Amino acid sequence: MLQRLSTVIRRPMFWHGTHHHDSNDATKRLFDTVSSTVKGIQQINYVVEHDPKLTAEEKSKMKQFLIYRYDPADENDFPKYVSYYVDLKKIPPMYLDALLYIKDNYDSSLSLRRSCREGICGSCSMNCNGLHKLACIHAIDTDLTQPAYITPLGHMFVVKDLVVDMTNFYTQYKTIDPYLKRKTPKEGNKEYIQSVEDRKLLDGLYECVLCACCSTSCPSYWWHPDRYLGPAVLMQAYRWIVDSRDEYTDERLEKLAEDVKVEDCQNIGMCSFTCPKGLDPQKSMNHLMKLIEEYKERKIASATL
Amino acid sequence: MLKETINAIYIQQARKIMNRFGVISRNKPDIGPSQGHLTGQYTVVDHTYDAIIVGGGGAGLRAAIGLVEQGFKTACISKLFPTRSHTLAAIGMNASLGNMGEDNWKWHAYDTIKGSDWLGDQDAITYMCKEAPNIIYELESYGLKFYRTAEGKIKQWASGGSRQNLGAGELAYRICVAGKTGHEMLHILFGRALGYNCTFFMEYFGLDLIMDDQGVCRGVLCMSMQDGSIHRIRAAYTILATGGYGRVYQSCTSAHTCTGDGGGMTIRAGLPMQDMEFVQFHPTGIYGCGCLMTEGCRGVGGFLRNSLGERFMERYAPTAKDLASRDVVSRAMTKEILEGRGVGPEKDHIYLHLDHLPNLHEKIPGICETARTFAGVDATKEPVPVLPTVHYNMGGIPTNYRTEVLNQVNGKDQIVPGLLAAGEAACASVHGANRLGGNSLLDIIVFGKQAAIIVGENWKPGQKQPDLPKNAGENTIARIDKLRFKEGSQSVPQVRKNLQKTMQKYASVFRIEKTLQEGVQKVKEIYQRKDDIKIKDKGLLWNSDLIEGLELDFLILQAKMTIEGALCRKESRGAHARDDYPERDDTNWMKHTLTRIQDIQSGDVEISFRDVITKTLDSKEFDTVLPKKRVY
Repeated sequence: MLQRLSTVIRRPMFWHGTHHHDSNDATKRLFDTVSSTVKGIQQINYVVEHDPKLTAEEKSKMKQFLIYRYDPADENDFPKYVSYYVDLKKIPPMYLDALLYIKDNYDSSLSLRRSCREGICGSCSMNCNGLHKLACIHAIDTDLTQPAYITPLGHMFVVKDLVVDMTNFYTQYKTIDPYLKRKTPKEGNKEYIQSVEDRKLLDGLYECVLCACCSTSCPSYWWHPDRYLGPAVLMQAYRWIVDSRDEYTDERLEKLAEDVKVEDCQNIGMCSFTCPKGLDPQKSMNHLMKLIEEYKERKIASATL
Repeated sequence: MLKETINAIYIQQARKIMNRFGVISRNKPDIGPSQGHLTGQYTVVDHTYDAIIVGGGGAGLRAAIGLVEQGFKTACISKLFPTRSHTLAAIGMNASLGNMGEDNWKWHAYDTIKGSDWLGDQDAITYMCKEAPNIIYELESYGLKFYRTAEGKIKQWASGGSRQNLGAGELAYRICVAGKTGHEMLHILFGRALGYNCTFFMEYFGLDLIMDDQGVCRGVLCMSMQDGSIHRIRAAYTILATGGYGRVYQSCTSAHTCTGDGGGMTIRAGLPMQDMEFVQFHPTGIYGCGCLMTEGCRGVGGFLRNSLGERFMERYAPTAKDLASRDVVSRAMTKEILEGRGVGPEKDHIYLHLDHLPNLHEKIPGICETARTFAGVDATKEPVPVLPTVHYNMGGIPTNYRTEVLNQVNGKDQIVPGLLAAGEAACASVHGANRLGGNSLLDIIVFGKQAAIIVGENWKPGQKQPDLPKNAGENTIARIDKLRFKEGSQSVPQVRKNLQKTMQKYASVFRIEKTLQEGVQKVKEIYQRKDDIKIKDKGLLWNSDLIEGLELDFLILQAKMTIEGALCRKESRGAHARDDYPERDDTNWMKHTLTRIQDIQSGDVEISFRDVITKTLDSKEFDTVLPKKRVY
């Protein structure tokens, strides 16, 4: 039975995701266990050297990248790690820069999703050295004695190399109706009036880029991706519930209250730990579950009256 | 037992919704007379829609919403998942709401016309500025959460080039911000499009326009990145909203995917492009990576300093200082660096100071994290190193203010039936020679909406379309096949890097005859050698190598037009600055440049010209603004 993690001190929302949250002992122990297990499994997989002619001396000056490569369309291919050596002095500090350097100079058949290189589009989400992050804003560990593992997002179907099939994730996003729904028409032609405090409620929720790092780090989502919506989608559902201009709050809560869409959250906390933008899906989901409980009680109370 | 049943129902519903996403095209192909002639190794699937939108950014999604609202069978093709489009990176949106100080759409229109250095078409500009407040309220009603004032109204910021009272008054507060507005807006629009059940072809790469013999655009050819199947989509109206082509330059704020696919498709169809030499250099792109430090930094009081510690903008723009228009600031910065007053070990950039501002986090959310991540500095304590970086393409597909694409036949404008263009890809010419900050997000939504209205005026949902020309798209498939199996000596990244370095060196902020001529020659050589390519990845499954090769084709065409246009225009106007012709020449050069490549093999650029439209939509309401000297 997983120990319920106590709430940790949350830094203000503008703190960037390149810094980990303050973790208490339990989270750190959990992460060390998970990451070393993953690394252990990673080490028994097949490794192919991209350039076998490199000498040991040359290798000692460069960083080794072990990148997951697999082309399902090729019958002779199988999932493997290909080892590339990159001189860190030649490239900017992020994982995406290393990947693009490898793609441009060593092997242009490496397939990956990338677009903005600023951490705003959410395309380049992948597993960088054990943690799900956006490769374009995650800095490479400069320790040259350790290799860096780059694999696609966990527990997702691999389309090719580092590209995964996100269809399920996108479908789940659609089911929460991510748009403003009103019952009463607008007064006049101007904006809906929203107070500064109400607007502040949305801070920390809307910055989500739908990169799926959190959902794919969640063990609960690994086991039930078909029925559990996952932290990313649920945080967006919470964002619409908490928006003071949306008038379908009860209907949204009703839809989420059905079966196991939310209940599978075990408060593990990997989502907030891994979020590359520094958001806190765990807190949002705890609050969401409380709102759903309150809604259920209200419904029972109004039914029995 | 009950739980299992409910789960089963949920899964069934999820499957139904899943069928709406891109890959459904394989389950429901049209059977038409053109099908079957083209197969061979490539699976070709035919579709018919009332309207097809190429590009899933702000303009594309707004057009999709507008079309689905009117009941048209619409589909939106995007080579990325729509919320990954580069609209995300934009920070603010202009509108003359007047929530913080007096404002009026006529003042906004004046500022835009002046900002465009009188190259903007005044009818399109008046249309856009008048529509702006309605657009903001509409977006807000979709759920876009702007920052609020104490009364609960939308909060506004000042920006470069915006003044009250037709340029004579105080700073006008016009920019509306919602966090990273572009990011928010894109998510809101996408959510809305999902709510309307719009069909998306996600991760489908647009290849070519299908044009028939009469010059009518009949549809689009695209390739699925998932499995390499080709899709021929017949549509009464094709809307191009593919964004700019910033990636022709080595240092740009654009995403890796900004390769001007719509522009490239238009060029390959033999149509002209407009004002390609006007490339906006944003003054404050972070030195090294090219990420953007938004204009709002200077709007809240940040300023630029050279190596002497001088606030040099006071010399170049005495009234507006650091809030002068972007081209003025970029030119000033470049001049300082060229004259040896740059900062850093190589004296090649400028410092942006924000450390004197209190409460920086509240004033501009997100700017501190950008500075920390990409420049490694704490913006509240140290200055940020910045450099003018390629940011926006004012040029693009020529359209009128109704987003209808224009061709030039015998010196006259002629509308291309069936083709519309909106957003950065188009050149309705609201931005002319230089774009004001905050106008781009406005432009994409206004003209995305307009494109949907135009289709509504001219077509009925479900109206019958004639068959596609026989073997339409055959050449395109042959081209892809050839590209896949070519055995050349260069790789795609090599050619692309070469092109980017050449454009950065020869067609940057300051341009002289000699370097431009050298640049034209070099780009010509790259163009002639572009077929000497080898694509390493021969497969069809998510072949990013092949896709980048196709993008490179589009990039080279547009690079050629940009540099040749720059060589041709012998004046300095807006973002196009010529060291040897430093003044604006209204007598000879107040006209749009139209560049066309008739023969793709040789790549020779034909240059012609088109008048700037000076007549406004309603001269009684807002009359033509006559040109005068542009000082800030």
